[in-house]
Amino acid sequence: MSNSTKLVPTPGQTVGPFYGYALPYDKDRELLAPGSPGSIRLQGTVYDGAGHAIPDAILEIWQPDSEGNIVHRTGSLVRDGYTFTGFGRSAVGNSGVYTFTTVNPGPTEPGAAAFISVAIFARGLMNRLFTRIYLPENEEALANDPLLSSLDPERRRTLIARRDADGGLTWDIRLQGEGETVFLDFEGTGTGGAAK
Amino acid sequence: MPEDVNLATYNADALTEDLSDAVPATPAAAPAEKPRVETQQDLSAEIKALGDAYARALKDGAAPETQPRLDFPPYRSSLLRHPTKSLHHADPETIELYSPAFGHQDVHALESDLTIQHNGEPQGERIIVAGRVLDGDGRPVAGQLVEIWQANSSGRYIHKRDQHPAPLDPNFTGVGRCITGPDGSYRFTTIKPGAYPWKNHLNAWRPAHIHFSLFGTEFTQRIVTQMYFPGDQLFPLDPIYQSIVDQDARDRLVATYDHDLTQPEWALGYNWDIILTGSKRTWTENEALGAEGDDHE
Repeated sequence: MSNSTKLVPTPGQTVGPFYGYALPYDKDRELLAPGSPGSIRLQGTVYDGAGHAIPDAILEIWQPDSEGNIVHRTGSLVRDGYTFTGFGRSAVGNSGVYTFTTVNPGPTEPGAAAFISVAIFARGLMNRLFTRIYLPENEEALANDPLLSSLDPERRRTLIARRDADGGLTWDIRLQGEGETVFLDFEGTGTGGAAK
Repeated sequence: MPEDVNLATYNADALTEDLSDAVPATPAAAPAEKPRVETQQDLSAEIKALGDAYARALKDGAAPETQPRLDFPPYRSSLLRHPTKSLHHADPETIELYSPAFGHQDVHALESDLTIQHNGEPQGERIIVAGRVLDGDGRPVAGQLVEIWQANSSGRYIHKRDQHPAPLDPNFTGVGRCITGPDGSYRFTTIKPGAYPWKNHLNAWRPAHIHFSLFGTEFTQRIVTQMYFPGDQLFPLDPIYQSIVDQDARDRLVATYDHDLTQPEWALGYNWDIILTGSKRTWTENEALGAEGDDHE
């Protein structure tokens, strides 16, 4: 296969109902140990178009460390308790709630808005969806963010987490309907899963 | 390595496919009748109508679709779970242009053999599934994680919510992982999964498939998909497979029987290459040569 050839990507398919014995793993949602210095809880609920919590969705997060460094460290699947790898995975529970223990991501460039990249999978969802979780602080950075500033205020809100009293973050996902989360197409073809 | 089968430990988050979360489908052509159980015939008619409309659109010059439709009503569970707004175009930035790193700390070499995870041999037809993971520019995705899961040979998942009355196999869990080699290659030894029934409609059966989870060199390339086996008679009937309305695109999920992969008196071989989306990052020369990849055995 020539390196200059553009190949057509393999289609995605739903994660289905039975990922529960395959994708979750020990400490999958603990990017660092709960209670360790600087750790926060990131949590939220996944809702369908009827406003019901979905009990069979699974989320992945991928983020820089608190200094904004993108780490290239192995060990996400077998955590040694010390290495921050930036990757986590959390299946929701019966009430549709996912939970991660992580750090506030730092801005990857000076003045940039800090965010966590998210992929979401669910039974009934034909292809994974990408989105972002922005930290609620630093309004100036949020105002200058290229993605956020391309959205109207109503939709923009869906990408910004709430700061909890305990310092954690809450961010819900609505797959459909009122307050539908903004999902991203990185291919520019509209077929990253054309919503039609 | 998975330990001995202990159903109580499995994650109970997923549910057996059912309709409880889907809005009631509009009764087809019989307004006076009570809602009735939907048959394969009903579903096939819906699938055909969507396929015909796509064929007309293609003829009128529409671009071929390459991915499943998020909104594909014949897959009833998708009704309330697809975004109704268009996906918002975004240029991937910083973290999105990189991918989590996995290595042999994360995955043991033996995890790629699903037939040796217990004391005895699993029932069924032993197979080898192998291929390469490439990005949209044809570059091998080296040193990256591949995860698979599947039903056993009788079409039963070990998940405790799978109530299909087919036997569990104490010697088969149906979960495997590996790390791709420098050339993007992966290889699993497993058992050919059986077809299994689900509750989308009356007499709904999924074609035999293996779930695949893949990472690229950038998080935007992340996909989860399903690999199918050639010649399956259930393809035209399955709303999940048919949610990809383009035949060429659907074909990309079907492995090829490969006699060169077949091992004498041991296992049949299937080849399946996986293409991720193109890279958005400007690559350094080392990366382009695959030097970032894991030194695989």
